[in-house]
Amino acid sequence: MLLRTALLAATVAAGFSGIASAQTIYPIDRAEILAGAKFDLKVEFPGAPAAGSVKVTIDGRDAAEVLGAKPVIVEKEDGGDLTAYWLRDVSVAKAGRVEVTATAGDKSKKVAWEVYGTPKGRVAKNVILFIGDGLSVAHRTAARIMSKGIVEGRYGGELAIDDMPAMALISTAGTDSIVTDSANAMSAYTTGHKSCVNALGVYCAKNKNTLDHPKVETIGDLLKRKTKMAVGVVTNSEIEDATPAGVVAHTRKRSDYNDIVKMFFDVKPDVIMGGGSPFFLAKTTPGSKRADDVDYIKKFEEAGYTFVSTKTEMNKAVADGKGKILGLYNTGNVDGALDLKYLKKGTVSKFPDQPDVVDETRAAIATLSKNPDGFFLMVESARIDKYSHSLDAERAIFDTIMLDNAVKVAKDFAAEKNDTLIIVVGDHTHGVTILGTYDDDRPGQTPREKLGTYADAAVPNYGPVDAEGYPTNIDVSKRMAFTFASYPDHCYNAKPYLDGEFVPAVAGATKGTYVENPKNCDRPGAVHVTGNLPFDANSGVHSGDDEVLTAIGPGSEMFRGHKPNTFVFRVMTTALGLAQ
Amino acid sequence: MVTGSDGRSETTVSRRWFTAAGLSLFWAAPSRAADPVILTFDRLYGSFGVRGLTFSDLVLGNLGRPVTLTGYMAPPLKAEASFFVLTREPMAICPFCQSDADWPVDIVVVRMRAETPLVSAGTRVTVTGTLEAGSKTDPDTGFVSQLRIVDADFRRAG
Ligand SMILES: [Zn+2]
Repeated sequence: MLLRTALLAATVAAGFSGIASAQTIYPIDRAEILAGAKFDLKVEFPGAPAAGSVKVTIDGRDAAEVLGAKPVIVEKEDGGDLTAYWLRDVSVAKAGRVEVTATAGDKSKKVAWEVYGTPKGRVAKNVILFIGDGLSVAHRTAARIMSKGIVEGRYGGELAIDDMPAMALISTAGTDSIVTDSANAMSAYTTGHKSCVNALGVYCAKNKNTLDHPKVETIGDLLKRKTKMAVGVVTNSEIEDATPAGVVAHTRKRSDYNDIVKMFFDVKPDVIMGGGSPFFLAKTTPGSKRADDVDYIKKFEEAGYTFVSTKTEMNKAVADGKGKILGLYNTGNVDGALDLKYLKKGTVSKFPDQPDVVDETRAAIATLSKNPDGFFLMVESARIDKYSHSLDAERAIFDTIMLDNAVKVAKDFAAEKNDTLIIVVGDHTHGVTILGTYDDDRPGQTPREKLGTYADAAVPNYGPVDAEGYPTNIDVSKRMAFTFASYPDHCYNAKPYLDGEFVPAVAGATKGTYVENPKNCDRPGAVHVTGNLPFDANSGVHSGDDEVLTAIGPGSEMFRGHKPNTFVFRVMTTALGLAQ
Repeated sequence: MVTGSDGRSETTVSRRWFTAAGLSLFWAAPSRAADPVILTFDRLYGSFGVRGLTFSDLVLGNLGRPVTLTGYMAPPLKAEASFFVLTREPMAICPFCQSDADWPVDIVVVRMRAETPLVSAGTRVTVTGTLEAGSKTDPDTGFVSQLRIVDADFRRAG
């Protein structure tokens, strides 16, 4: 979900950077760069000095000469008070420390990069990166309680996402803020560079056009440029959304969906699955959200892809041995597990044959694993985040169980041979916590009266678990009090939302404000909750907490202790030996 | 956002038929002054799928004619609103704040006859105006719409 507050934060940051007087060099200080990976070197000289007066060196030598590229110097770039120096599409072949100095007159700025190699060569044939969007510790705990049960303090089993030998605490902060979004967070995993909120595969420079910012190569670009490996991108969000887009995209603004579809087409991952079909349809087709006449479904078909729009079609394409599959299963996001399997709410009546993330994972692995050169697959359970934004606990927890089932499919595949690195991680966290239980047998009607804490919380009584690990009844008398730290004004009755995803707040009559959704205030036991977020927030927000990463397979042993999110890229590229 | 109803229960319009109808899609002959035809969100589409949607016979038969439709007012781009989006369910998000990326597909753009103070998105409104269909990009905002009610007024729905 694109957060208004997030966008606002980015705007403010961009505004402040105009005041800075020193040169800005991209990639930034302390960047870790894979040897041989491409990037744009950009220096912004404030005050728009003459092109002839600016100098950029690498370890004391002319940068253009060292990197073998022709510099482009633009005075007053985009009409701004700066001179831009560009070396586009360059790379550093040799590992080691690199010092970049930018000088104009008496002003000088220095940054240092760490260029790293992969001297051990390739240790993993395949890499599968699972993203639980927004996955936080309480999601994992709640999924374990619901799915495995808990008796006398011990769980009835382990989740597949927990039962892994390697683990690390991952920090998610970006260049601009201690709290990030899914675009910037994914970009750290797929490029190894930290950037700012809303950005994908670029540094956040002063360029006006969102597509002009200095680019860094994504793992999707790299694999298609340097290897014969297959690439898959699988999600239950719109395929253009930040996390899947992170594998292929370069834009300062994650909502550039029309451009992102083109970027998917340019990179051509072999398997592409998710929702968001309107951005693939020519604008003349009713239901299209494109601004041009390009029919991207047709373009992908012409490029050898089999297009599928239902689970049945997807499974047939796999059974027929198709090598390239484009699957778009919904106009918006694919429905989450609770609606898809049990409640049939959301858009299930319109799209009754959607695959879940587990089906998609199985199909993607079956297709990609035919490639003798191995594969990289990104799988996202996207709606853990979306349902946490909408304060819908049960839906967020069900989609965590769905992630667990998908990881189990991958682990079963990998178990046959020890050649697949599997990583499971969030991309940022939500302020979620398990406070106790809501117990309908307690006197009173309202959430505070129903809430049991400490010993009064005891154990929830969810219905029996089915073969897929989902409780068959969530509307029970004693349920987890899975609560959210941040919220807009809303009405709340501490019950699961059986009639569809919770919509806590709606736009107020005053522009830029949100008010409680009056629909929720009629629910039995509902109370008014005064929001604790800025007035322009319409849903819960991300948090700056660290997240837990687990991993298994060759290369996973690099994960330990506390690491920045960019380290995930380093582990994946090291396992694949992707440096020159 | 969308609950319950199934667009498929409407008469299914075949793609071929729809294309032929598409030629005259932008404007059908306006009728003489008549009571507006009552539309509902459930009855706007003949088919609704990943490859696009087709308008229902009810919509195709009433292009250029006065209609009413009840839904929720989604936040407009500008405060002085002569333009807002009508949605089936109240919108939690404010996609207009960034782009049209997050809108449900089955929205209807409403162009008001005059600038009018708006109401909260949690309030149901009934819009009356002239029905218009076909892809159109708003010159000011770049917003792409497929179905519009123009020259419109609205009132709070009971
Ligand atoms: Zn989010």
